[in-house]
Amino acid sequence: MSNDRKDDPFEAGETGSGSLDPAMTAAATTDRSEVVDDGPQLENAIELREVEGMSQGQIVRRRFFRHTGAMVGLVVMILIAIMAITSIGFTLGPVTIPGWWQYNHSQLNDIVNPRGGPTMQMPWSEGGFVIGQHPFGQDEIGRDIFARTMKGVQTSLVVMAVIGAVATLIGTLIGAFSGFFRGKTDTVLMRFTDLIITLPVIVIGAVLGKKLGSADPIPLALALGAISWTGLARLVRGDFLSLREREFVDAARVAGASTRRIIFKHMLPNAVGVIIVSVTLLMSSAILLETALSYLGFGITPPNVSLGQMINEYQGAFNTRPWLFWWPGLFIILIALCVNFVGDGLRDAFDPRQKKIPSPRKMARADQRAARQAARASA
Amino acid sequence: MLIFVIRRVLMGLALLLVSSFLMYMLVDFTIDPLEDLRTSTDPSAALQMEQRTEQLNLNAPPWERYFDWLGAFVTGDPGVSWNTGRSVSDLLGSAIISTLQLVSFATVAAIVLGVAVGIVSALRQYSSFDYLITFFAFLMFSLPSFWVAVLLKQWGAIGFNDFLVDPVIAPMLIAGISLAAGVFWQLAVGGTLRRRLIHGALAALAVALVLGYMQITDWWLQPRLDWVLLTVTSLGIALTVTTLSTGLRNRRSLYTALSCVALGLVLYFPVRYYLFSNSMLTPYMNYGIVLLLGLAAILVGALVGVAWRGPDWKQSARTGAISAFLIAGVIFLDKVMSYWPAYMAAPAINNRPIQTIGDRAPNLGGNFWVQLLDQYTHLILPTLALMLISFAGYTRFSRGSMLEVMNQDYIRTARAKGINERTVVMRHGFRNSLIPLASIIPVDIIGLIGGALITERIFSRPGMGQLFIANLNMNDIDPVMAYLVIVAFLAILANIVADLLYAALDPRIRVNA
Repeated sequence: MSNDRKDDPFEAGETGSGSLDPAMTAAATTDRSEVVDDGPQLENAIELREVEGMSQGQIVRRRFFRHTGAMVGLVVMILIAIMAITSIGFTLGPVTIPGWWQYNHSQLNDIVNPRGGPTMQMPWSEGGFVIGQHPFGQDEIGRDIFARTMKGVQTSLVVMAVIGAVATLIGTLIGAFSGFFRGKTDTVLMRFTDLIITLPVIVIGAVLGKKLGSADPIPLALALGAISWTGLARLVRGDFLSLREREFVDAARVAGASTRRIIFKHMLPNAVGVIIVSVTLLMSSAILLETALSYLGFGITPPNVSLGQMINEYQGAFNTRPWLFWWPGLFIILIALCVNFVGDGLRDAFDPRQKKIPSPRKMARADQRAARQAARASA
Repeated sequence: MLIFVIRRVLMGLALLLVSSFLMYMLVDFTIDPLEDLRTSTDPSAALQMEQRTEQLNLNAPPWERYFDWLGAFVTGDPGVSWNTGRSVSDLLGSAIISTLQLVSFATVAAIVLGVAVGIVSALRQYSSFDYLITFFAFLMFSLPSFWVAVLLKQWGAIGFNDFLVDPVIAPMLIAGISLAAGVFWQLAVGGTLRRRLIHGALAALAVALVLGYMQITDWWLQPRLDWVLLTVTSLGIALTVTTLSTGLRNRRSLYTALSCVALGLVLYFPVRYYLFSNSMLTPYMNYGIVLLLGLAAILVGALVGVAWRGPDWKQSARTGAISAFLIAGVIFLDKVMSYWPAYMAAPAINNRPIQTIGDRAPNLGGNFWVQLLDQYTHLILPTLALMLISFAGYTRFSRGSMLEVMNQDYIRTARAKGINERTVVMRHGFRNSLIPLASIIPVDIIGLIGGALITERIFSRPGMGQLFIANLNMNDIDPVMAYLVIVAFLAILANIVADLLYAALDPRIRVNA
C-alpha cells in the first residue's frame, strides 16, 4: 500500500500566517512608519527576539502553556484523575489505600431517593447546593453510582495509559527501524503494518477481548496496545525517512557513532514531536475503544467496572433511571475531550510553522497602546 | 498502469491470504466450541464433547483445519455454522447488503457534509465560525457512538414520533430556530458587519417562512412539493449550482440552469402522475431504473447546456447536468414523499415512522416507493450515529488540506491574474484540496465498518457486524472467518481504488513505481 499516507486527519499543516500581511503583524508591536521599509526582516527580528536565548524545549513548553484549550483540558483531566483516585482509593497488589468517599463500587446500600435518584442538587434548585449521600444516584440494587463511575474512570485511565505506552513502544520502534534501514527491513515491517490495518481495530479487539477481556484490565490493555500502533509507526517512519538524510546524521556517522546511538540519541529526539502528538490522539481513541469493547461485552467484565460496561448495563433504564446512563457517558466524553484538547495544544506547540495570529481587535488595541506610549514619550 | 494494477491486486491477494491465516489462528485460539459442555451437568456431556470434537475436527492441529477451511472457501463454500446448521452463505446474503447500505450511506453523508463544512471553516480561518466548528469536531471525536445512539433513539425516534402525533411547532420555537439559523449563517458568511447582518436576516427570514409554510399546510403529516415549493427549490438549486460551478456572470450557464428549471416544472406533472403511475413504471421500479432515470436527467441537462452553445459550452453542459440531476432528484423525492401518509397509516408502522430496530418493517408489503421509505426511515438514525465521528474527521482534514492549498503560490498567481475569488476558491483551491482526501477515505471506510459493529448492535440491524458478534459469542468459527475475510477484502479493495484514484487525480504521482 502506498506509504506516504496522512493517516492523521490533523496532520495537514495549518500555516495560516502566509496569507497575512507581514507589516500588520509587525505593526502590533512597533511604530508603523518603520515597518513599511523593511517589513519582513523586521518581522523576523521581532519573532526572534520573542524566543531569544530559549532552547527548543523551552519554546515548545511556553507555546503549550499559552494554549488555552490545552491548559483547560490538562487541568480538568488532572482534576478528574485526582478525584477518581482519592475518592474511592485504589488497590495495588496487597496494599489497599482507602479513599475519602464512604461507599465503594460494589456494596449494596439502602435506597435513599425513590428509584435511587441522585441526591445532588444544583445551586439553582430550591434547597441550594447539596451533595447528599448518593450524588450521582443509585442503581436498582442500591449501588452508589458515584463510586461506580469513579471506579470506571480509574479503569479507563489505566487502560488508556497502558495502551498508550505499549503502542508508543511498538510503533516507535517499528517506524524507526523501517525508516532508518529502508530496503528489505522497511518492506517487511510495512507489509506487517498493512496486515494489521486491513481489519478494524475494534474487530481484532473483539476477538482478542473474547479471550483476554475479564475483570482485570491490564491484559486487555496490553493486547489492545499491541494492535493500535499502526498509525504511529507510519508517521514515525515518514519522519525517519526524511531525518536520515539530514546533515547531523551524517556528522554523527562520520564521528563514528553506532547505528543504535544514531537512532536513539540523534534521530529519536528529533521525532519526539510527531510521536507525542500522535500518541495523545491515540490515547483518546483508546478510551473510546475500551469503552466500546466493554459495551459489546468483549472488554472489562464484572466485578470490575468500566464506563462502557455501565452504559451497556443501564441503557434499558434510560426512561426510568436516566442518571445511570448520563454520568458514565459524561465522564467518557470529558476524558476523551480533554485528551484531544491536550493533543491539539501539543501539535500547535511542536509545529514550528504555527504562529499565533492576533485577532484584528487585539491588533487595533496594540496599535492604540503603541500610539499612547509614543504620545507619552514625546510629551 | 496495467502492471501497477496487477501488482497491487496480486499483493492484495497475498495480504488477504496471510491475514486470513493469522486471523484463523487467532480466532481458533480465542474461541472454545466446547465451552457450554465443559460446565454442563448433563451426564452425556462427555459423549457430546466427543461428538462435537469429531464434528469440528478439533483434535487436528489448527493449521490443518485452516487449510481445510481455505480449500472449501476458495471453492465457494464458506462453511456451515455448527450452532444452527445453516450455511454461512445463507447467513451472509442479506447481512452484507444491510451493512454495505449503512456504511456507504454514512460514508457519502459524512464526506459531503464534512468537506463542505471544512472548506468553509478553512476560508474563515480563525473566525468564530472556525472555532465553533473546531470545538464541535473535537466534541464529536470524543463522543462514544453507543452513547449517542441511545440518545438518538430517545430523542430522534421516540421524540420525533411523539411530535408527529400533533405536529405543531410553537411560534416562539420557530422564532428561536430561525434566529439560531440566522446567527449560524452570518458566522459562515463572514465579511463586513453589514454583509453579515443582511445575510443573517435573510437566512432567518427564509427559515421562518419555510417553517411557517410547513406548519400551515400540515406538511409534517403530508409532505409533498407542490408548485410553490418545487419552483422555489429548483430556482435555489439552479442559482447555487451556477454560482458554485461557473458564477452567475456566465450568462449561458445561468440560462442553461434556468432552462433546466423550466423543463423540470413542465415535466413535473407528466413524470409524477404518468410515468411513475401504477399503470406505468411503479410495478417495475427498482434501483436499476432509478439509476437509469438519474443518468437520463444528467444527459438531458448536459444537452440543454450544449444547446445554449457558445465558446464555453462544456461549462454550461456541466452546470446543466448537475442542476438537472438535482431537480430530477427533487421530483423523485416528491413521489416518494407522496406515499408518506399511506406509510404512516400502515398497521406495521402505526403512525410511528422513525424506527429504532431492524432494517425493515416486518409484514409491511407495499410497492417500491413504500419499501424505499421504509428502508430510509430505518436507516436514518444508524447513519447519523455512525457518521458523526468520520464527519468530524473529514471536517478537520478538508480544513487542513484547504488551508495548505490556499497558501500555495499558484493561488497567489491566480489572484494576481485578477481572477475573481469564486474561481480561485472553487477551481484552484477546492479541487486541489480534494486530492489528499483520496488517501483517508479507505482508512475511514475501514473505521466505519468497525463502527457499524456497534451501530448495528444498538439498532438491532441484522448486518454483518451483528453476525460477527453473535457468532463470536457462540464460538462459531466459520461465520466469524467469513466476516473477517470479507472486511479485509473490502479494506484492501478500498486501498487499491484509492491509490488508483490518487494517481488519476494528481499528475505529480506516477504509478509505475
